[in-house]
Amino acid sequence: MTNELDYLSRRVAAGKLSRRDFLGRAAALGVAAPFANSLLSSAARAAGPVKGGTLKAGLVGGESTNSLDPALMMTQVPFAFGKCWGEMIVELSPDGKLENRIAEEIGSSDDAKVWTLKIRDGVEFHNGKTVTAEDVAATLERHSDEKSKSGALGYMKGIDTIKASGKEVVLTLKEANADLPYLLSDYHLIVQPNGGKDKPDAGIGAGPYKVKVNEPGVRHVGERFANYWQGDKMGHADQIEVVVINDATARTAALQGGQVNMINRVEPKIVDLIKRVPGVTIRNHSGPGHYVFIMHCNTAPFDNNDLRMALKLAIDREEMLNKVLRGYGSLGNDFPINASYPLFTEIEQRKYDPDKAKFHYKKSGHDGSVLLRTSDVAFPGAVDAAQLYQQSAAKAGIKLEIKREPGDGYWNEVWNKQPFCASYWGGRSTQDQMYSTAYLSTADWNDTRFKRPDFDKMVLAARAELDEAKRKQMYHDMGVMVRDEGGLILPMFNQFIDATGPKVAGWVDDPHQELSNGYALAKCWLEA
Amino acid sequence: MSSPIVKLVAQRIALGILLLLAVSVLIFAGTQILPGDVAQAILGQSATPESLANLREQLGLNQPAYIRYFHWLGGVLTGDLGTAMSSGQDIATSIKDRLWNTLFLAFWAAIVAIPLAITLGLIAVRYRNGWVDKLISGVALASTSFPEFFIGYLLVFYFAVQHQWFPAISTVYEGMSLGERLQAIALPAAALTLVVLAHMMRMTRAAILNVMQSAYVETAELKGLSAFAVIRKHAFPNAIAPIINVVMLNLAYLVVGVVVVEVIFVYPGMGQYLVDHVTKRDVPVVQAVGLIFAAVYISLNIIADIAAIVANPRLRHPK
Repeated sequence: MTNELDYLSRRVAAGKLSRRDFLGRAAALGVAAPFANSLLSSAARAAGPVKGGTLKAGLVGGESTNSLDPALMMTQVPFAFGKCWGEMIVELSPDGKLENRIAEEIGSSDDAKVWTLKIRDGVEFHNGKTVTAEDVAATLERHSDEKSKSGALGYMKGIDTIKASGKEVVLTLKEANADLPYLLSDYHLIVQPNGGKDKPDAGIGAGPYKVKVNEPGVRHVGERFANYWQGDKMGHADQIEVVVINDATARTAALQGGQVNMINRVEPKIVDLIKRVPGVTIRNHSGPGHYVFIMHCNTAPFDNNDLRMALKLAIDREEMLNKVLRGYGSLGNDFPINASYPLFTEIEQRKYDPDKAKFHYKKSGHDGSVLLRTSDVAFPGAVDAAQLYQQSAAKAGIKLEIKREPGDGYWNEVWNKQPFCASYWGGRSTQDQMYSTAYLSTADWNDTRFKRPDFDKMVLAARAELDEAKRKQMYHDMGVMVRDEGGLILPMFNQFIDATGPKVAGWVDDPHQELSNGYALAKCWLEA
Repeated sequence: MSSPIVKLVAQRIALGILLLLAVSVLIFAGTQILPGDVAQAILGQSATPESLANLREQLGLNQPAYIRYFHWLGGVLTGDLGTAMSSGQDIATSIKDRLWNTLFLAFWAAIVAIPLAITLGLIAVRYRNGWVDKLISGVALASTSFPEFFIGYLLVFYFAVQHQWFPAISTVYEGMSLGERLQAIALPAAALTLVVLAHMMRMTRAAILNVMQSAYVETAELKGLSAFAVIRKHAFPNAIAPIINVVMLNLAYLVVGVVVVEVIFVYPGMGQYLVDHVTKRDVPVVQAVGLIFAAVYISLNIIADIAAIVANPRLRHPK
């Protein structure tokens, strides 16, 4: 059977059999559609990319206030367009490992304090200049400067000195960090000529596409860069275009109407409808993003661990996953890490247990209702999720009062200010980054006010540990601590749900970010 | 033209300018009442007392509000709208294209909507209280009663998704030919037309019906003129003032009220631009856009007033 399927999928790749016919025959052979689809895409990859054409993406997450300065990138459109025109020092590969890009080799001293990046030969910027160690060093310098307002500043502050000599860049860290290469894969760190110090928003990088049109909040167009150093792997379409479509219905209509070849953020509630549209393929993949309810550990009544435990036990995760995400996600376990992180270890799954919740609630001595703030913008379905939570908590004798806050201003007035509210996290590429961003006592974004000196010590120790087994154990212990003593209620991890139209081939599932970690436009091609 | 009418027109224009000044004061005062100032908004989380003080000094926020108002007003009068806080771009330059796009869409929607509404109004009067009248009124009122996003989505569903005659998204950019542009804006223009149609149509119908009660219309009928000729020659010219008023009001709506339609069809106009900057708390841009919208609204109303004056023989030829 497998042989026959292989044969059929190769015929599709060669254009001798239509995709629909293939799926029909695969079904006749008793193969489920998702598996058949994945066979098809690997066959298409094997048959080799088709060059030419214009690949268009309709994406949410662009505003007229966007800039081409990589330091200021925050939303999905600059992120995805950045991956088209920019080249990274190092990148996370779809299988969770590190892939060297402009850095040919990355090595460290034994104590993980001094890191050496060897710069690859023959990588060229769009302005014809060759990428040098000086450019890489200047890029890192600019992002370490407060004035750049870089989104990567938080990590870059940990770098003490940056020196370029010959073909190497040497970084000395203030404190040991075994994860440095992962930090350098941050999407803000696009290498620019002289680090972009001359003109940060010039849009000149070393990526597969040159910036041709840049109309923030409207559209961005890239033209294939002939001298791209990896032209066989990326940059198949002659031209790529990102159209900003923030409205979900308009985005879906544009894909159905054929104006765009791919879209991001398909809402879970309409995935099943979109699936039925001929030619459209849903590309969903689990990632590190998660939806949360957060309690401030230092604010009454949430300063009581029994109350926190009661609230953690009073949420029905499975029901929420099925009803809010329609199954497009995975169960959360009250710590922010899942299998998409390196060095992840399983911790026993927490279940809905009204009796135990009742016990802890009684023990906490709290009386009266608990106020939970939520909003449409906290995460898609956050209002529904809060209502489900209210019902499951009621069964445990806990009265949740729900306050629906306006979406405008939610991130300024409610999140990180009010003691109990709904929110989301996009996740980070390593456990250290996630914990350092939101669980260290000193972190600005410690939105659960989890301030524990013993935990801080564990974060720093794990960061400096080069022995993988020991690190794994450390991260396990940290996970258990957040899960059992923290202020985080994590009902579910969401999936990235993208969709592609007819003839789009070469899609690579990537657990790190949506749209193949932003590379969908650069890696996909249009079948003839 | 006699002098009283010039005087009346001059009065209207002077009043309009005064009104616009008052609006500019309101806009400026409104943004001053908002909590926090521009310096705080720019610095956000990283604000320290020193950096706040420096930036306030640099932006001139230490001066009293009235001085800053006149400074801003002076800038506006000389075409300098300031720079956007969030992106650092010159506001006047970025607004220019957006405003042009919005006017382009409004123009084409108006070209379709106004003659259509008036013709339908005339037909409705001719067959008043018959089934034609009821059908026209019913359809027009129904299309106005639906929220515009609903009409927008219906149009997208039938004409973009099911039949693919028109694109679902109306992105326009430089280098597009007029034909391409018109195809791109077909659906949003249709949605806008449906939204403003009923108001103008009903007003035309009511104004003419009002005139139809007059003695001179009866005379015209007794002369043996056909029904349409009576309406066209005798009723319509006398009913034009209220019709012009409602047409201008709807024109103003086409420019300043298209936010929702622009968002649905992803049309790069002023509405979308305003929404983006409101969410970023970009006060200078919001001020500038608010002022432009107010100017459009007020000037269209002045035009309506003047047209009504000019169209009214009693005002044109006072005793």
